[in-house]
Amino acid sequence: MNLALDWSFFSWDLFSNYVWKGLKYSVMLTVIATIGGIFFGTLLALMRLSGKKWLDLPATIYVNGMRSIPLVMMILWFFLLMPMLIGRPIGAETSAVVTFIAFEAAYFSEIMRAGIQSIPRGQVFAGQAVGMTYSQNMRLVVLPQAFRNMLPVLLTQTIILFQDTSLVYAIGAYDMLKGFDIAGKNYGRPVESYLTAAVTYFVLCYALSWFVKRLHKKIAIIR
Amino acid sequence: MSWDWQVFCQDTITQEVGQSCFGKNGDTTYLDWMLSAWGWTVSVSLLSLLIALILGSLIGTLRTLPDRPWIVRLGNAWVELFRNIPLLVQVFVWYHVIPSIFPALKRVDGFILVVFAIGLFTSARIAEQVRSGIQALPRGQRYAGMAVGFTTFQTYRYVLLPMAFRIIIPPLTSETMNVFKNSSVAFAVSVAELTMFAMQAQEETARGVEVYLAVTALYVFSAFVVNRIMTFIEKRSRVPGMIAASGGGH
Repeated sequence: MNLALDWSFFSWDLFSNYVWKGLKYSVMLTVIATIGGIFFGTLLALMRLSGKKWLDLPATIYVNGMRSIPLVMMILWFFLLMPMLIGRPIGAETSAVVTFIAFEAAYFSEIMRAGIQSIPRGQVFAGQAVGMTYSQNMRLVVLPQAFRNMLPVLLTQTIILFQDTSLVYAIGAYDMLKGFDIAGKNYGRPVESYLTAAVTYFVLCYALSWFVKRLHKKIAIIR
Repeated sequence: MSWDWQVFCQDTITQEVGQSCFGKNGDTTYLDWMLSAWGWTVSVSLLSLLIALILGSLIGTLRTLPDRPWIVRLGNAWVELFRNIPLLVQVFVWYHVIPSIFPALKRVDGFILVVFAIGLFTSARIAEQVRSGIQALPRGQRYAGMAVGFTTFQTYRYVLLPMAFRIIIPPLTSETMNVFKNSSVAFAVSVAELTMFAMQAQEETARGVEVYLAVTALYVFSAFVVNRIMTFIEKRSRVPGMIAASGGGH
């Protein structure tokens, strides 16, 4: 065993020069993709539960299609296709944002669908009884409850999403992993750098999942 | 935009379109290359899955042992460790960090290291499912084992595990499909699998859409085959009288 790791190269400057920019991008990508993904995912879930075939079918094809393709392939697809569609080059960072919203919408839609289906039918009838329209019923009665019931699952998906942002490596976007990658190469210390990357991701994700676990307990008690 | 599917019949070196889409006399076409890449994808996936099933079952089982708090904690730590680091980062750790700590591993092929990375990553997820499968069984099952004088090992071997594994086949199906999708991260350490092929062939031929379409179709087809096989296993191994004999599938 050879544990002669040299940490002397590691400094605050390295972090602020290389990693910080990437961390900011990873967090930004996670937040935007979560918000966008939940928004479009909810729309897809509503389409699938609408009972109208012309809404249900395309949503089902979209969701199942997205879920059977590796995220890396989707990242490559969007990076290839988006410049063709809008007719000018587009940065890897921007392309990844659109990819993640489109991709995560499929996963969030399954969570929201389960959430909506977990609402007792009586709630819907109650809404109808006081004269609510379909959209009022969804907006004011069903979705807030579905969202609340599913909050821990949505947040767990967000942690997975944060981990998956590292896959933008495939198109060379500058995320946290890329920051560690470049720092390691520039200082000639890739081993220590990748190890630090692993520890950083672990600390962030472990802290987040600990928080989600606590939240889950809190919500479970109130119910 | 026009299609050009001839790209798959091109020779990878001369870029000439051959008479047959398969290369002759040692030449390789893009079709040959893609099929071999698919082989690598399947190999990475199946070997990772094998490691993940063995380790995941073991650790998942250990996490349910009664009166062994330290073993349970160790099992939980394993799951947290492999679950909270992105797979791609784990691949880099296996490829760059571990061989420099254990010089004996320097000669090991990148393919093997990736298999271990994906295998251990997936083992944590399978351990979680095995644990919940065992804990989903009624407490009486364990007592029944004790009542007939089984040791803990026998109780697991003859009573708990055969039930638990059959219950968790549906989540194992999605996990198996995930392994096939996750094998795509092997591109990062230059294993010649489908994603690596897609990136390189796109670069060389500039026919990205055709190449990506073919590769995506192969991924979807692989996922479909896995799904069918697992559904077959699920039907054959159904516990009589326990899981409703409905149509099956997902």
